[in-house]
Amino acid sequence: MSISNNEMDILQEIGSIGVGNAATALADLLQAKVNISVPRATFLDLEEAINLIGGLEQPVVCVNLKLDGDVPATVLYIFDQPSACALVDLLLGQARGTTTALDEMGYSVVMEVGNILTGSFTGAIANLTGLRLVPSVPVLAYDMLGALFATSVAASGYADDQVLCIQTSFWGNQDRDRVDSHFIMLPEVEALDRLFQALGVAADS
Amino acid sequence: MCLDSKARKEAPVQEGREIHVGIAEYRVARSPDRLLTLGLGSCVGVALFDPVIRVGGLAHVMLPDSRMFKGGGKPAKFADLGVAALVQEMQRAGSRNGRLVAKLAGGAQMFFGNSRAAEMAIGERNVEAVRQALKELGIKIVAEDVGGSQGRTISLDTSNGLLTIRTLGRAVRVI
Repeated sequence: MSISNNEMDILQEIGSIGVGNAATALADLLQAKVNISVPRATFLDLEEAINLIGGLEQPVVCVNLKLDGDVPATVLYIFDQPSACALVDLLLGQARGTTTALDEMGYSVVMEVGNILTGSFTGAIANLTGLRLVPSVPVLAYDMLGALFATSVAASGYADDQVLCIQTSFWGNQDRDRVDSHFIMLPEVEALDRLFQALGVAADS
Repeated sequence: MCLDSKARKEAPVQEGREIHVGIAEYRVARSPDRLLTLGLGSCVGVALFDPVIRVGGLAHVMLPDSRMFKGGGKPAKFADLGVAALVQEMQRAGSRNGRLVAKLAGGAQMFFGNSRAAEMAIGERNVEAVRQALKELGIKIVAEDVGGSQGRTISLDTSNGLLTIRTLGRAVRVI
């Protein structure tokens, strides 16, 4: 897969718009200010991508969604354990520290957050491009980052050594309410072609 | 690192180097080195050992069949190519096929939540494909720790062929 710098910039911009929307949705949900980092679109080896987020053995909660429609891709939301617990307490209106390990309820809260963020992310891209993006119901797991990330890539049915990673982080305004999240989008090749076409960018510009 | 840090601290000091095997890679080492691969999910760790010359090999296989997937990739990524490549590397290091034994770990189903989780059950297919590839090469599997729903970190001790398996929140196992 080869992509020009121009196309990379566009992916980054699309990432910004989508993630901006998702962060607004998260801020509404938490009724708190949510910061986002400028998304980075990069081609990375699998292990580079994993090391960027944490490390192979870092315990994380990972929500995995598949986008169908015109832009087939896999979307991952990755929270470290304290952030996932903080998220659950915030959303259930509990005192901080109530949740120390995720149970069934906790998992469904985190999954729902994944749903909401993906809805606003894909909504923004659909508005911009006129393309149809259909998010699947999410699946979730708590385990080592390497195990979850590699499994997600393997299950996407795409076997190149490098993955295109549009990555960003969210974090809350105060340390007390700190919720760190990584958003990863792994688009398939045809997804990129359609995205560029819809935006009127020639394939080989 | 959060896995059994206590157990690690108390483990006796071991000789030899610890050699990291990345995702979709394979490595061969001699006693007393250890071969380590971190965070196996649906991926399968294939550990080969030649007890006569005490040479070990470890592959981190990610996908079952190189013919079924779009795009390319390193041979070690696929069960069908990776196992054969690892055996060749073992032979270059002096191993003979008749002496090799195999241990497998990994192939978990990591995600749960809906019917899509079943579609993502790539771990099971990986394990099957590795077993098939070993069978074709006439290499016997002497121990397995496969399936389940947890990620694994594994380490092969080339001085004795023992495979140590760590998971989040469970006791260390040795097979």
